[in-house]
Amino acid sequence: MPSRKISRRLLAMTAGMATVTLAACGGSSDDSDPMADVTSNVDCADFEEYGDLDGKSVSVYTSIISPEDQPHIDSYAPFETCTGATVEYEGSRDFEAQLQVRLQAGNPPDVAYIPQPGLIATIADSYPDVIQEVSPAAQSNVDEFYNEAWRTYGSVDETFYGAPLGANAKSFVWYSPTAFSDAGYEIPTTLDELYTLTDQMVADNPDIKPWCAGIESGTATGWPATDWLEDMMLRTAGADVYDQWVAHEIPFDDPAVVTALDEAGKILKNDAYVNGGLGGVESIASTSFGDAGYPIQDGNCFMMRQASFYQAQWPEGTDVSEDGEVFAFYLPGETTEESPLLVGGEFTVAFADRPEVQAFQAYLTSPEWSDVKAQTTGAGWISANSGMDADLLVSPIDRLSYDLLTDEATEVRFDGSDLMPAAVGAGTLWTAMTKWIAPGDSSESVLAEVEASWPSE
Amino acid sequence: MSETSTSKPTSALADADAVAGPSEMRKLSRKEQRSIDAKTRLTSPWASGFALVLAILWSVPTFGLFVTSFRPERAIKTEGWWTFFTAPEVSLENYDAVLNGNTDFAGAFLNTVVITIPAVVIPITLALLAAYAFAWMDFKGRNFLFVAVFALQVVPIQIALIPLLTQYVNFGIDSSLWVLWLSHSIFALPLAIFLLHNFMMDIPRSLIEAARVDGAGHVKIFFQVLLPLLVPAIASFAIFQFLWVWNDLLIALTFASTDLQPLTLKIGNLAGSRGSEWQLLSAGAFIAMIVPLAVFLGLQRFFVRGLLAGGVKG
Repeated sequence: MPSRKISRRLLAMTAGMATVTLAACGGSSDDSDPMADVTSNVDCADFEEYGDLDGKSVSVYTSIISPEDQPHIDSYAPFETCTGATVEYEGSRDFEAQLQVRLQAGNPPDVAYIPQPGLIATIADSYPDVIQEVSPAAQSNVDEFYNEAWRTYGSVDETFYGAPLGANAKSFVWYSPTAFSDAGYEIPTTLDELYTLTDQMVADNPDIKPWCAGIESGTATGWPATDWLEDMMLRTAGADVYDQWVAHEIPFDDPAVVTALDEAGKILKNDAYVNGGLGGVESIASTSFGDAGYPIQDGNCFMMRQASFYQAQWPEGTDVSEDGEVFAFYLPGETTEESPLLVGGEFTVAFADRPEVQAFQAYLTSPEWSDVKAQTTGAGWISANSGMDADLLVSPIDRLSYDLLTDEATEVRFDGSDLMPAAVGAGTLWTAMTKWIAPGDSSESVLAEVEASWPSE
Repeated sequence: MSETSTSKPTSALADADAVAGPSEMRKLSRKEQRSIDAKTRLTSPWASGFALVLAILWSVPTFGLFVTSFRPERAIKTEGWWTFFTAPEVSLENYDAVLNGNTDFAGAFLNTVVITIPAVVIPITLALLAAYAFAWMDFKGRNFLFVAVFALQVVPIQIALIPLLTQYVNFGIDSSLWVLWLSHSIFALPLAIFLLHNFMMDIPRSLIEAARVDGAGHVKIFFQVLLPLLVPAIASFAIFQFLWVWNDLLIALTFASTDLQPLTLKIGNLAGSRGSEWQLLSAGAFIAMIVPLAVFLGLQRFFVRGLLAGGVKG
């Protein structure tokens, strides 16, 4: 019987597979990395306030994944060593959606790193019984070491849910210092100088475009353009109008916003200025924001506006420094006196009030953690913690960001799209900005669309 | 009985027109006729040319992915894979970064295997028993139940995800492998029962009756008469289910706890928080493809036979 023979072979195969399965169950996949040097010699005296947490564990859920997750995991080492607690880290690209699935199903993580205050508000609204107020120890750290504004970002209706964690400065224009010095270009200090410089670049180099840009980012396509809009809002309308706009006290399509978007359009929607080495204006919509800066290295464009974290996007071995291959200058204000700075950041939100969770949240707000994190990360991370040791920041762009962020003269504003309700800030605003680029709808019409989509109270 | 008919297809064909043989005889000869028709139709040079063009069109993206996976990061990010042929630059850095990087790819590979095999075996085992009952056992409400099972296929699995996870959390099993095995089984069963039931109905009633006359019970009929005949059907469904579970992202994303994450999740996360490392995706995808490819090539004989067996139902 041929079929019988086949079935026996199939059986043998299944058996073989089963053995593999068993072997797989037996083999443990333990790959705990050796602790970084910086974390091994830590003074445990600072940790006595947290008490003995031996055998306790805290789960952390974040949107930060490999390779940026390892510095985070390493930064917990002093806490784990000194208190005896273990921290279980989990990162996912689908964090925003999955966090709400877990909350809904009833198995939330102990602590989540949430990059959007708007999402904290949504969660506080939907799961008021699960979300925890920031622990007292962490609150006093935040009051001591952070600008008051950070407490406001993490609060919903006066209740403080999200303690600040990392930060990044967004008002930067990436450029090539070598290309600038070869051509004799100066770094602009006002918006007008920036436009003059751009025109000069066009005149000097008829073959290449001065700016490059890209707003493609998978399902989040459009967000880099929202940063443009916010940066221009801060410059043309000022911080007060910006606050009103974010809080929806003025309509989303207020004339001031239209002006700001048109200001961004002066560069982004000008075929003479964009899109260096990548195509015309439409190509901005299809270029990944991560790839948008590469033409700077190839000499196909001179400038690209993107946050400080873009330093991680450059291919390995790129010299990121003031006189190196690439660096960033501060996107200037309308005058030299004004220096508005658009920032982003993450917040830690706790979903459990066990002592170890509270202690862990407090640890993350302490200067000790910021110091350790700066060391485990190397280049590419800052915090707004004024107690941290700024000398630990090795990358010049991080130093520049930190100095701007903690400078009294800087008018710091949080990324508006992250503060708005998620339906707008992570939804219609993104699609509207994409439509604004390609097919190129007018500023008025796309802003009116967003205004219409604002959730009613 | 089935052996004689399969071993002598030509005589069965000849008989079919002359003598009105037993019903299964006619059916088999019709099947033969059809395959002969198909053969003549498909061997025309036009059809072959068309199939060839389709095959190339279908394979080009995969081929592009394959070429991309061996190119250095800078080349991937600045120009298309087709430029490889004018300026070939080969590098294993992507594979090295995927296999030896921060991501525990070997562990994820084992997780995928450990998730997939029971998630294939459990639904097939249950579906075989259920299909047998629906096909060959008379009980009250059989038709109603069968229609109910059939109707379950219409329910999109997405609406069940959160309620199911809530249940798992209540039962306290939400960090075990069982949630993955159970979920995959639950979602696979309606289609599995339906398909296997149809295959079983294809088996001539007289065969079962003959076995019954010889004194065989349900157990004996199931194991000694039906099971050998069902091997192609089981294998083809097993391939389907295997590929589905192996490539599943949604269920793993919803249910898998941190230490049980399969390959698909790890690959999804390879690109990094801000998508800066996407050059690794092609290499990751190829590593994940090896096993399904081997399974498909190894079992494709069953696959085609299983599909044909389902095709002549009626």
